[in-house]
Amino acid sequence: MSNSKKDLPSQSESRSLNEITYSPLTRRSFLKFGAAAATAYTGVSLALSPLKKFQEHISLDEFLQQHYERLTPEKMQKILARIEKEIARDYGVTPRVSDVKPMPGVEYAYALNIGKCIGCRRCVYACMKENNTSRDPQIQYIRVLQLPKGSQDVDKAENYYQPATVPEKDRYYMPVQCHQCKNAPCTKACPIRATWKEPDGIVVVDYNWCIGCRYCMAACPYWARRFNFSKPMLSKEDINTQMAYLGNRIRPRGVVEKCTFCLRRVRQGIQPACVEVCPTGSRVFGNLRDPNSPINYILNNKRVYIFKEEAGTIPRFYYCFDV
Amino acid sequence: MVRDYATFLWRLYRYSFLGSMKYYVWMSVLTILSLVGLYAYAEQAVSGLAITGMTDQVSWGVYIANFTFIVGLAAAAVMLVIPAYIYNNKHLHDVVILGELLAIAAIVMCLLFVNVDLGRPDRFWHLSPVIGVFNFPVSMLSWDVVVLIGYLVLNIHICGYLLYMRYLKRKPSPLFYMPFVFIAIFWAISIHTVTAFLYVGLVGRPFWNAAIVAPRFIGSAFTAGPGLMIVAFQIIRRYSNYKIDDEALHILRQIVTISLFVNLFLLGCEAFKEFYAESVHSRSARYLFFGLDGYTQLRPWIWFAITIEIIAGVLLIVPAFAKKMSYVNVACVLAFIGIWIEKGMGMIVPGFLPTPLGEIVEYFPTVPETLVCIGVWSFGLLMYSWMIHLAIPILNGELSIRSSLSEIKPGLPEAPVDWKQPRPA
Repeated sequence: MSNSKKDLPSQSESRSLNEITYSPLTRRSFLKFGAAAATAYTGVSLALSPLKKFQEHISLDEFLQQHYERLTPEKMQKILARIEKEIARDYGVTPRVSDVKPMPGVEYAYALNIGKCIGCRRCVYACMKENNTSRDPQIQYIRVLQLPKGSQDVDKAENYYQPATVPEKDRYYMPVQCHQCKNAPCTKACPIRATWKEPDGIVVVDYNWCIGCRYCMAACPYWARRFNFSKPMLSKEDINTQMAYLGNRIRPRGVVEKCTFCLRRVRQGIQPACVEVCPTGSRVFGNLRDPNSPINYILNNKRVYIFKEEAGTIPRFYYCFDV
Repeated sequence: MVRDYATFLWRLYRYSFLGSMKYYVWMSVLTILSLVGLYAYAEQAVSGLAITGMTDQVSWGVYIANFTFIVGLAAAAVMLVIPAYIYNNKHLHDVVILGELLAIAAIVMCLLFVNVDLGRPDRFWHLSPVIGVFNFPVSMLSWDVVVLIGYLVLNIHICGYLLYMRYLKRKPSPLFYMPFVFIAIFWAISIHTVTAFLYVGLVGRPFWNAAIVAPRFIGSAFTAGPGLMIVAFQIIRRYSNYKIDDEALHILRQIVTISLFVNLFLLGCEAFKEFYAESVHSRSARYLFFGLDGYTQLRPWIWFAITIEIIAGVLLIVPAFAKKMSYVNVACVLAFIGIWIEKGMGMIVPGFLPTPLGEIVEYFPTVPETLVCIGVWSFGLLMYSWMIHLAIPILNGELSIRSSLSEIKPGLPEAPVDWKQPRPA
């Protein structure tokens, strides 16, 4: 492996280098430079040519928008007005976007009666309607698992069950959605605090701050987060025009979204869409700090457990069954 | 002084365009491939990440797989730095800068791979201090940003300082680089450890949530990185007049050999734990190695990777092969590809499958996604070739402050090279 031959540049190599180096600016070298520049320009513009099809409008205000916690109320008003305009422009509806704040002295919890759920998936669709999730591709916050009798192992679950009628014999149903964990792995994961826990316990996402790295999705043990791989597609009729900034407004492309316990509704004292629609009364939602709330009744009187307790996430979402 | 430095930069710029026909062809090919990648990325910017094969189930794909692998390449530069600077190994002293330049190119590739993976690259500034919000030290991803950028800055400083001193024909002052060299040693280990912790810290993903991931990352990095360097250094000495001792390559070969067997050992440990006492937490490993519920997409890949890694191990440890550079080169290429598969897609995809809700959705990279990857790799190689092209005449002493007598006038070509042969008339 001797490389002694390569120690010095060969005569011809050195000459050619010297010629290039010492040559004065001639007509030929000028033309060569011009040709090189033209080639480079053509190459780069060809490479960037798909950008002509760019449809997204990212205004300067949107680009420079600060983190939610840094916005003054006046700035927020302007942002809400801008978002209303953007949605009106893109979807042809007149939305009302508000920044609903958490109520003081309120902390939410949710219980789902595993013994009552029949797996009808009405909650899944009520949720989509309320939360303005994309219809194409379809984004759903609630995933109903159909489990065989005798197993709690989700790997044995059927995600895409399609029988003519539910419930099926020897099957039980376990809907899973965001557990709004007190020790949330997703908020820990986010490098820019685009997702955090609100004082009422709801884990929210600032869709105008999220950079779409999807680390929170990898972190969630409940597979509760969804990503807008493309711009959400909704027809006019599908849109719920009552929207919240941290909740159900139509999301931009390239950001993560998730269940927010329907914060637009619950912070105004209305039950979440999934609770309201459930035909079996399996779902109970309420204020933990109110000793007389139904949620407290359930947590005190029924048999209650949490999903993936070993993950240490301390969910606000409980599963229960009757005694 | 400022004038000297400006002259230095100007000469580097001039020198970038001086080279043989082979240099021009090589750089043109890489530029074209980079532009093809840019084209695919422009398509992605228009259509969104929907153009990729990623889904809500497998939310990271080949971009993050490459990112993870290349962080290892960057970290591997430390395997030259430790013997060269701490043990003052003369043979490695000649190549250490070439290794550090590789680290710079690798980190740039890492940052590109992270960027192309973002849903909102326009919001990248949210990560910057003061104007953005940085979830440090809670988020492991914020740690990763800090250590990667820190490592990039450290290596740019060390290489830039040493090369500039060589250009000035001055002895570098240890005060200006030795402290940074020591910091860079720890930093190199940290970049790959933090990248491993990115996965290890996820409680909902049992395949990643294992203490063995970080040691395996280091073991595989110190196989693939020095393996790449062995091949790259031979190419460099073939196509330039830079002397690289065989001894340096032999030291690197020993590093590759030891690291490869450490990596295989750790793989064995992992396999034992997953399959001797198989539990629900072994499903990802089962999916990877044997397939699960009829989904077997990764199975041939991982067995191919393990097979070629074992072949590489045999070639490196049997003296009859290990003595011959051609076998060593084959071994390095096999180990490199094996680890790229094993630590890239073989690490990322099964981490997501089955999902926390038990679903299996297989992931296939799409054509645009693949082109973006080829583009980033080509750009990294382009950058490395360019840096090597500039560094070698400086290291050889051909490009120095004394090599040109004429004053530099912008727009006029100048003579950067003090060839040992008489100038042609």
